[in-house]
Amino acid sequence: MSDPTVRVAERVDLLTAETSEGEQGLQPRSKTNTDELGREVGAVLRQSGLTLDPNDVDYERRDDETMIINMGPAHPSTHGVLRLMLELDGEFVLRTKPVIGYLHTGMEKTAEVLSYVQGGTNVTRMDYVSPVANELGYCMAVEKLLAIEVPERAIWIRMMMAELNRVASHLLWMATNGMDLGATTMMIYGFRERELVLAFFEKTAGLRMNLNYVRPGGVAADLPDGWEDDVLVICDTIYERTFEYDELLTGQPIFRNRMIGVAPITAEEALALSLTGPLLRSTGVAWDLRRAMPYLAYDQVDFDVIVGTYGDNFDRYAIRLNEIRESVRIVRQCLEKMPSGDYRSQDPKVTPPPRARIDESMEALIHHFKLFTEGFHVPVGEVYSAIESPRGELGCYLVSDGGPKPYRLHVRGPSFVNLQAVPLLMRGGLLSDAITVISSVDPIMGEVDR
Amino acid sequence: MIPLPLAAPPGVVIADVLASDLGCFPTTDQYFDLVRAFKDEGFEMCVDLCAVDYLEHLDRPLPDGVKETRFEIVVNLLSLSKKLRVRIRVQAGNEEPRVDSLFTLYPGTEAMEREAFDLYGVLFTNHPDMTRILMPEDWEGHPLRKDYAVGKVPVQFKESPGPR
Amino acid sequence: MALEDLQHNFLTGQVEDLVRWARRASVWPATFGLACCAIEMMAAGAADYDLARYGMEVFRNSPRQADLMIVAGRVSQKMAPVLRQVYDQMMEPKWVISMGVCASSGGLFNNYAIVQGVDQIVPVDVYAPGCPPSPETLMHAILTLHEQIRTGEILQRRSEGRPTHVEAQSNVWTPEVPVTVRVGTPK
Repeated sequence: MSDPTVRVAERVDLLTAETSEGEQGLQPRSKTNTDELGREVGAVLRQSGLTLDPNDVDYERRDDETMIINMGPAHPSTHGVLRLMLELDGEFVLRTKPVIGYLHTGMEKTAEVLSYVQGGTNVTRMDYVSPVANELGYCMAVEKLLAIEVPERAIWIRMMMAELNRVASHLLWMATNGMDLGATTMMIYGFRERELVLAFFEKTAGLRMNLNYVRPGGVAADLPDGWEDDVLVICDTIYERTFEYDELLTGQPIFRNRMIGVAPITAEEALALSLTGPLLRSTGVAWDLRRAMPYLAYDQVDFDVIVGTYGDNFDRYAIRLNEIRESVRIVRQCLEKMPSGDYRSQDPKVTPPPRARIDESMEALIHHFKLFTEGFHVPVGEVYSAIESPRGELGCYLVSDGGPKPYRLHVRGPSFVNLQAVPLLMRGGLLSDAITVISSVDPIMGEVDR
Repeated sequence: MIPLPLAAPPGVVIADVLASDLGCFPTTDQYFDLVRAFKDEGFEMCVDLCAVDYLEHLDRPLPDGVKETRFEIVVNLLSLSKKLRVRIRVQAGNEEPRVDSLFTLYPGTEAMEREAFDLYGVLFTNHPDMTRILMPEDWEGHPLRKDYAVGKVPVQFKESPGPR
Repeated sequence: MALEDLQHNFLTGQVEDLVRWARRASVWPATFGLACCAIEMMAAGAADYDLARYGMEVFRNSPRQADLMIVAGRVSQKMAPVLRQVYDQMMEPKWVISMGVCASSGGLFNNYAIVQGVDQIVPVDVYAPGCPPSPETLMHAILTLHEQIRTGEILQRRSEGRPTHVEAQSNVWTPEVPVTVRVGTPK
């Protein structure tokens, strides 16, 4: 019967060995050189333009003065399987290292064995909160390589669905942000509004989430009858409810104290870290791909780009709340200006023929067969196509070798890059603010890990 | 097609590429200086860095003067002030691919380079933390390489096409 | 006098029925949302598809306080040991619902990175298919689990090989088989 303390130590070693990720985690200071310390404190501080303050890195701290804790992949913050290793001095966070990969699905490898039409089902599960954005980025890349034109109506339908998705995504963010702060009412409100949008998605595409609605060449199906009434109800309800959220949160002193001045970031730091989306706009840089490099029909609708001033949590909250209002505005314009016409490109090499024609025409039967067994071939080439998803710039780099399946599909997930801001934002803050910082960066682990 | 920056190293091959304003094909020696020249010229953000394994498509179309290798690193730069995009494709090597790290110019490439190392095995010189990021620490192999199987498990009741 | 009022205030039953009722009426789930299914799980807990009517709206963060682990989402190779550790920390009696096709069988992703079915790591009681299963499907899975608890073993522990449920008994509700109706055809 061995010594009880030794048995405990063995058990601890065994259990931690199961889930330790070795070098990927945060190492104690004795094993970390000063360059690495500087990087873990905030990578931008190593850049020559921004000076590295030696006091900022706490060279003189010893290992026994600080504590490294692990906020493991399964934790109360409702933002998916992100593992954070934090070095704490009491309540203050010094260094942070996010360990990711707990949701790595090999989607880029799977994309190489799926045809282009099947690819949408794969890509849509990356950023699972805004599936239409993923599909849109992917389909636009495929269409650029195919060099086909998408009909007007399909463009406007895509735009409307993308903006409705933005509304749903930001509502989810507000719900989970409220939950992380402890404002559970916001969780109920956010999901209640989101159900309206999801019910419309179910009516149009068949599914609430992971729609696979945007396909290369257009959309999968036309909008259902009576969609104008549904969308009008959605717009009116959600627009009014944003003022309820203002009443609940924006002016409320506890919320303001927890968000104002917490985790600020400057524009230089944001640009150096390649941040995009509400994080970049909160610093004052008015960069929105829908305005700067318009795609779909965004140059034909009126909307404002919401920009913050201080780059703190409150600015990001305000930006997302107002983006809901702007998206509702865009959807209203889509409602008025929706053109009639085809909802998919009529190119027979890309779009399968209507089912009824298969019985009549041999050619239609052959096209249908080829398109669904093998898939359409995309000419040789490579393209990078980017759109503005609710989290930032969602880019799709597609390489084709002339076959029916992509040769290489790489999706630039905005959350993957935005997560690099987390060590910088958490530095010097309190542990309780750590949760709000993750929430404010709005990572979706599906697109971080892919 | 926009011109190369004045400070760019001489002899960089350029070409017209789809959906970007310029495509550059530097060698591994010209790569870092070219990116620095772009950065000084107003390309504030490095949007994306990824790797491609051309094992099954070595005969891809490349402009004259570019010697193709198996691995390629593709960098997309963005200028917010001028609203321009540039794509840089550097041929990284065949057996042991290695390029310079862009971390000192664009700290945002840190995670992207780690991903390229993890999934393809491309090494980046002077990268501060060259460890795996997506796969477990003790994983062997680089999954996205073309000679690494997808890992399909044969499913019962379904005609399994065999190992891919 | 007072004793006459007492004739309506007694409740008798078997100990097993009481224990089973207590166990199924307040199953507390552990937070184990991984991917897209987690969003639908949260939607099931929210106002429209209320889980609070089953006593389940409190998602316990500590696995020691939880009874049910709803594995919602795809389990990657890196996450598998973490999943097992969280499951081991739960106290008996404990149940597992595998929500979504990725947790049940690997789903869309038959590749190197995803564990092909969470039942390779933990024993599963109910599988809920769908990608993602709508909150109604999840609730059906939860009700199936309640049915299993209502008719199941109470004394054996899962680790000692407790069977997941006993054979169906006569008072278990089964759906009616629909009768085909011929319309418009003369007899």
